[in-house]
Amino acid sequence: MAFLDVLTQLIDATIRVSVPLLLACLAGLYSERSGIFDISLEGKMLAGAFAGAAAAAVTGSAWLGLGAAILISIFFSLVHGFASITHRGNQIVSGVAINFIAAGATIILGQAWFAQGGRTPSLTGSARFQAIELPGAAAVKDVPILGAIYSEILSGHSLLVYFAFLMVPFTWWMLFRTRFGLRLRAVGENPAAVDTAGISVAWLRYRAVICTGVLTGAAGAYLSVAQNAGFVKDMTAGKGFIALAALIFAKWKPVPAMFACLLFGFLEAASIRFQGMAWPMIGKVPVQLMQALPYILTVILLAGFIGKAIPPRAGGVPYVKER
Amino acid sequence: MSRPYAKLPGWVDYGLIPIINLLVAFVFAGLVVLLVGESPLHAAAVLVEGAFGNGQNIAYTLFYATNFIFTGLAVAVAFHCSLFNIGGEGQAYIGGLGVAIVCLAFDRILPWWLIFPLAILGSAAVGALWALIPAYLQAKRGSHIVITTIMFNFIAASVMVYLLVDVLKPAGSMAPQTRDFLPNAQLPKMGWMLEAFGLSVRSAPLNISFLLALVVAFLIWVLIWRTKLGYEIRTMGFSPKAARYAGISETRIIIITMMISGALAGMMALNPIMGDQHRVQLDFVTGAGFVGIAVALMGRSHPAGIVPAAILFGMLYQGGAELAFEMPAISRDMIVIIQGLVILFAGALENMFRPTIQTIFASLSPRSVGLAAAKGEGA
Repeated sequence: MAFLDVLTQLIDATIRVSVPLLLACLAGLYSERSGIFDISLEGKMLAGAFAGAAAAAVTGSAWLGLGAAILISIFFSLVHGFASITHRGNQIVSGVAINFIAAGATIILGQAWFAQGGRTPSLTGSARFQAIELPGAAAVKDVPILGAIYSEILSGHSLLVYFAFLMVPFTWWMLFRTRFGLRLRAVGENPAAVDTAGISVAWLRYRAVICTGVLTGAAGAYLSVAQNAGFVKDMTAGKGFIALAALIFAKWKPVPAMFACLLFGFLEAASIRFQGMAWPMIGKVPVQLMQALPYILTVILLAGFIGKAIPPRAGGVPYVKER
Repeated sequence: MSRPYAKLPGWVDYGLIPIINLLVAFVFAGLVVLLVGESPLHAAAVLVEGAFGNGQNIAYTLFYATNFIFTGLAVAVAFHCSLFNIGGEGQAYIGGLGVAIVCLAFDRILPWWLIFPLAILGSAAVGALWALIPAYLQAKRGSHIVITTIMFNFIAASVMVYLLVDVLKPAGSMAPQTRDFLPNAQLPKMGWMLEAFGLSVRSAPLNISFLLALVVAFLIWVLIWRTKLGYEIRTMGFSPKAARYAGISETRIIIITMMISGALAGMMALNPIMGDQHRVQLDFVTGAGFVGIAVALMGRSHPAGIVPAAILFGMLYQGGAELAFEMPAISRDMIVIIQGLVILFAGALENMFRPTIQTIFASLSPRSVGLAAAKGEGA
């Protein structure tokens, strides 16, 4: 039974750490599918986490925190859109800029407003998203295996966890079954064709980056208002880039994106759980290797050794009308 | 290139527009200062005083500028080949390994003037090798260099933490860093240069790697604008098709350019390690690799622009530290915001004011913008 306990704990932890990756990854999916590369997922998530924790601390409401997180994240998305859609700037450069502005501003403003070394005050009670017990979770707890799966793994997460996983089928449906999704994919592959059809390329791309903003905001709020009780400086710690890696790993598709995020989440959870443990055959694996594994896997994938990752064709190229 | 903008006179292109962009960036930085409840003008005064107020401050400013010259040049060289090397941070961090190996191996037997060239080679070689893999993957397998270099930043950080904690740390020590280098592996200070002007520099770590940075900046100018290789790099950056037609090997140029870029980033490690700390510590790069992006964009990828841009950022770094004493609400992280704003306005939004300026010039003197002015934008 000890093994089963470890396993359920590990899966539970995997779900928890995968959620911000998943939300950010789906966020990137909307933007990149529309032809706007976005390496500022990290910065937007960080800004969202800060705004969420700050608003929740001041108002005492987790929902207002989430709202603030989403608003600030949309704001940064629009800056990215303004630079890369309206002014046809370099999308990578714009993304880098947003990452820095978010990293610096969250620390400066956090220190100026709350004076706790860049932290926000601890959130308690209704200022946080609490764990939700699914109906009957306590009742079936003792049923072997299935009970454990239901009560330990499926039940007892915060609302945003369920939201994140529901966003996967929703995103799939949106992209592949609606008119908006078709156009969004088209504008990322061949904007001139979309333009010829009389649809505004710029407006379509702006809507895509707004979707990105909503989801990165939710990812940030999850970090600071649900998973943790408040903001600490640099709390995203590269998660935005892991999400980007997962997006490439998943070849810009929603369902594989979920599995990629779960894989990277599992690596993170396992590296924490098994820190310093000696493995049979291999011996002790340095914890740094586990931490670097998502990045190494992405590089190997990008090199085309595990299938080929082909980005949306118009990605990164500003659309210039009438050339 | 598909620039949908009409041509402007050179001094507008290389002088007026960058300066306007920079001013806008600083106006926004001023707004952030207002937001935390301090006076932007007072903050600017403290900052400039802290950067240039006395000999020691100037020496510190130039010490930081040295780092940024290296990383700025690294980003700029890659820009000329229209590659975006975002991995300067990782290449510089790993470059520290090259410095460490040379210094730890030779500091008992060789004098500093023999160790220094070896350390230059060591840091450059390790930095170049770290850039080689992303370069090879870009050239041969088409993986996007931006993503791979970001990944390599994280991998470099993990590798260095592992090495410093488990391999390079001397036995019996708790701190994750190498042993202190002996005086043979410490670079001579350059205080005398400022003291010649009657300034007192006290213990400021400005050292001869500043001179090295200036020499390297000149060599990069020679390389890019005065050699065949530089011409090939710029051709590749301007139009890969034209380069291919001219018989230039794409693979070769991408790999060489990225290795030069990585070598420059790696050489940044010389300044803090051999010039100041005399050991390799965790996170000694402290974001200098990323500042290089802002410096290269501000300096328009030209050494003559990069050196002043690096000194400006050195000023922000040093002045920012002084500012944090004076106004506790504004910590050094203010630099990160300014850096972001400069990248945004001088980089991503560099053409924001162009149409307006173009209109103004067209109405003042239509000839200065050529015939295109009649048709306006899109010509």
